[in-house]
Amino acid sequence: MIPLTWYLILSGALFTIGATGVLIRRNALVILMCIELMLNAVNLAFVTFSRHHDSMDGQIFVFFIMTVAAAEAAVGLAIIVAVFKNKATVNVDKINLMKW
Amino acid sequence: MEITVPPFDIKSIAPIILVTITGIVVLITDVFLKKLPKETLGYFSFLAVLITGVIISSQLGTTVYSFSNTFVVDDFSIFFNFIFLISTAIVILMSVTYLRQEGINYGEYYTLILFATVGMMLMAGGADLITIFLGLEIMSISLYVLAGFRRDRLDSNEASLKYFLLGAFSTCFLLYGIALLYGATGTTNINEIGTFITNNHAYSNPMIIMGTCLLIIGFGFKTASVPFHKWAPDVYQGAPTSVTAFMSAGPKAAAFAVFLRVFLVSLPGLETKWSVILWVMSVLTMTVGNVVAITQTNIKRMLAYSSIAHAGYVLMAIVTASSLGTASILFYLLVYVFMNLGAFAVIMVLGKKGKENLQIDDYSGLGYKHPVLAITMSIFMFSLAGIPPFAGFMGKFYIFSSAIKSGYIVLAIIGVINSVISVYYYLRVTVVMYMKQPVREFAPLSLSPFIILALIITIWGTIHLGIFPSRIIEFAQESVLLP
Repeated sequence: MIPLTWYLILSGALFTIGATGVLIRRNALVILMCIELMLNAVNLAFVTFSRHHDSMDGQIFVFFIMTVAAAEAAVGLAIIVAVFKNKATVNVDKINLMKW
Repeated sequence: MEITVPPFDIKSIAPIILVTITGIVVLITDVFLKKLPKETLGYFSFLAVLITGVIISSQLGTTVYSFSNTFVVDDFSIFFNFIFLISTAIVILMSVTYLRQEGINYGEYYTLILFATVGMMLMAGGADLITIFLGLEIMSISLYVLAGFRRDRLDSNEASLKYFLLGAFSTCFLLYGIALLYGATGTTNINEIGTFITNNHAYSNPMIIMGTCLLIIGFGFKTASVPFHKWAPDVYQGAPTSVTAFMSAGPKAAAFAVFLRVFLVSLPGLETKWSVILWVMSVLTMTVGNVVAITQTNIKRMLAYSSIAHAGYVLMAIVTASSLGTASILFYLLVYVFMNLGAFAVIMVLGKKGKENLQIDDYSGLGYKHPVLAITMSIFMFSLAGIPPFAGFMGKFYIFSSAIKSGYIVLAIIGVINSVISVYYYLRVTVVMYMKQPVREFAPLSLSPFIILALIITIWGTIHLGIFPSRIIEFAQESVLLP
């Protein structure tokens, strides 16, 4: 059986890749995808711990996270479309009307 | 296999159900009765919020856990529910005219406000991290949409996009923190997490410490505490003014509600560790908020930094982790709702379609032209600065005294110094209103009976809580979480 640690390392690695992506990528759509990746890393951690503790709480939590992620993606894409209609770009560096 | 259905107590979530149903009814009515003036939907929502307040007051004095210990009704959650409902009611009153004037008069506005309120009530009553997360997201997703409600305006879009990307990013950290806590303790119930940590003396379990830090990041973002505050000024400036007012009052209080509940119920064993982090965050939040606010020229942006600074004062009371500290937070957040919403109401009265008069210089000479409005604005500014006899003074007084009683003398001194700094930028508005000549003609005010009612309620709250605070203070002291 694959030990618990391996799953957690994978989850941590995915989370880090996602977080790095959010910080270095400039395209709003790619940032959204990186956020989804981070959420999935969290899901993996929850499922792992759920298996480890033999309790269903973690898996229930995963369902909620997936539902919320879907809602968030819908709202996020709508916001990006609204921005694109007005500005014709999804580059977050160009969306800089307000500063300091 | 026999499946037993756990008992569920609809009565305990009746207020939440009522607000949800109102939101759905408003949404459907808006679609099917297109001829119906949108203001009617606003009045309807306002009425529903008042009825919800009555239902909640009937729950006072009870502590009921329901839905397999995932939801709790106690005086703590009831006090917060009052804060949310008061802020929602005032914001609805303020919005009715503003939406028409700005040409964003859509029915779903009220639905989103009500859904955000549902999320906040779930957060305040959440006894399980799942419920808390769900409430947080219901609130946040509604707010992402509300921030971008002025769809054709780029600044509103930009506010919405920034809020959404950073909000979703911070939620990931919050969730990872919850996952680690779950991994270490095997449960998501906040009471059970607390019991587990005390029984197993798991005070230096790395997973729990890491989880706590990630929770601080997640909650710190929602409360706009430094160093997780960068979204706040941009979002506050870009969002429609009524939404900015809403965001600065209710959702902030809700974030502090979960902050308090999770840290005082689940993680009191780690207090020595998290109080150090929160100590530093509190000092940074107060100082950055107040110092940067001085340089602002846009009044909404200035109030955004002022709201960051106020989060710093509240964090100071969380650091004390005492019942006096909790009571002072409850009182302070209620006071803050009144004075901050009042200030935003004045901003909205001065605004016109296409010309919102958001620069502080636009207020020059207001004291001669519209004396009543200038006095109103001065009351809110004095109260925000913490000058007696207004409520802001009493709120700060209780917070600082709770910090001193718990032995955080240095923190209290830094708080007082910051409070003095804040006087500068609040009074600058007053100075501009009374001691400068008008730059240009004032457009006629956008007054309506509803915004006048909102102003009267907020002035009454600001003055009444400043002069007769004892009843609310007693109520707050009965509502604390600690034994």
